[in-house]
Amino acid sequence: MTPIITTRFVNLFYNEFQALKNINMAILPHTVTALIGPSGCGKSSYLRLFNRMNDLIDGVSITGDIMVDGEMIYNKGIDIVELRRKVGMVFQKPNPFPKTIFENIAYGLRVNGVTDAKFISEKVEFSLHQAALWDEVKDKLKKSAFELSGGQQQRLCIARALAIEPSIILMDEPASALDPISTAKIEELIYELKRNYTIVIVTHNMQQAGRVSDHTAFFYLGELIEFGDTKEIFTNPKDKKTQNYITGRFG
Amino acid sequence: MGDLKVSIKDESTTGLLSDHINLIMTHLDTELFQLKNEIIEMWKLVGLQLKKTHNALITFDKDLAREVMATEKRVNAMELKVDRDCENIFALFNPVAVDLRFVLAVLKINSNLERIGDIAEGLARLILIVENRFDAKLLEATRILIMYEEANKIVEDVLQAFENEETKIARGIFMRDEFLDEINSNCHVVLIDYITLNPDKIEQGLYILSAIRKLERVGDQCKNIAEEIIFYLEAKVLKHKGNTAK
Repeated sequence: MTPIITTRFVNLFYNEFQALKNINMAILPHTVTALIGPSGCGKSSYLRLFNRMNDLIDGVSITGDIMVDGEMIYNKGIDIVELRRKVGMVFQKPNPFPKTIFENIAYGLRVNGVTDAKFISEKVEFSLHQAALWDEVKDKLKKSAFELSGGQQQRLCIARALAIEPSIILMDEPASALDPISTAKIEELIYELKRNYTIVIVTHNMQQAGRVSDHTAFFYLGELIEFGDTKEIFTNPKDKKTQNYITGRFG
Repeated sequence: MGDLKVSIKDESTTGLLSDHINLIMTHLDTELFQLKNEIIEMWKLVGLQLKKTHNALITFDKDLAREVMATEKRVNAMELKVDRDCENIFALFNPVAVDLRFVLAVLKINSNLERIGDIAEGLARLILIVENRFDAKLLEATRILIMYEEANKIVEDVLQAFENEETKIARGIFMRDEFLDEINSNCHVVLIDYITLNPDKIEQGLYILSAIRKLERVGDQCKNIAEEIIFYLEAKVLKHKGNTAK
């Protein structure tokens, strides 16, 4: 199977500080890849490479090859809007727009030039179904998104990302601000979504990485220490550092 | 024996795992049902192995005994697969409460089943060693065929207890194991008489004694399995307690 994301010898600097060191990784389509590691290890920086979110930070410089869906995304002339349509993102804290539930999803479509009201309406419903939120909000689509619980808001943000039909969804600790029940719903959703999407998730929760991902990458001090099948990583990690981290003995 | 799949059927049963599924079908539930399917498949194979040695003994069918010995490799492979899957579930899903007890129970039941598989292999080996068909009078006097029938039935029933989450059936196994123990305890008196009267058939007598000892251990393994089923469903530890206390 051809990888949907490939990075070769990727280095990332915040001014003088090197946050990522020679990262080589290939992510296969329709899989969930978890990026784990202690704070400051570079996992979020790595995640943000794939939709060029790091471009927004001053002093960032990147070397190496980053290919997404067959395209070198740091080449000149790349359409970043199109890239971010293809590579959706869900953040740690739910960030719905100050609009109705319906408009939160319809907005992305309108921005992308869709005007057909029937199509938008169908797409809103479909996306809410995909995000396992439809049954909970179908009678209050005109209500403000802020009336939803934190967990529902996060699923709304996922529905919003799905509406514009990305092929990849990046998730940066999508459940860390949620209660256990909402977390379980998000995790189940991730498991369902991989049928149609490729998901890369940053998480501090090792159990979550175990539960939701097919592959796990362990980062430490900007280096990719180990990358492999999640079952292997969690039952028989090859590197001592990985073992120390996942068993909570990191010091 | 019915369909090996338990996924949909289990939604209508009343057990703990089924109640769980009615609430929310999680990724862990899928893993647990796969595990349940795997152990049931192994259980049926082990049960079949034991039944084949029963038939091989009655018909003195050495080919059937050889078949049992060859199939033992499959039982061992299944044991390794269940072990590995339990390890993965512990590592990846951190099961708690009934889910934790279920995986712990399956892990132990897996060992018990593998041992029953070993016993079936040992019984098949005995049939291959003996040169002549077993004396019908010896089989009758030692009650080994009755013991075989009961052992086969116990393996089936303890599976039913597990599959349908019925602790009542599981509790019934304890007394039935005592029935096998009783045949085992009484057999040496019968065998002494038989060997005295048939000194040319000492070898046959010894093999039957060995087979009875093995069948008695099938009962012990099923008793252990029944204890695990009760542990999983009721969170009660019955190990090292007398049958009356259970």
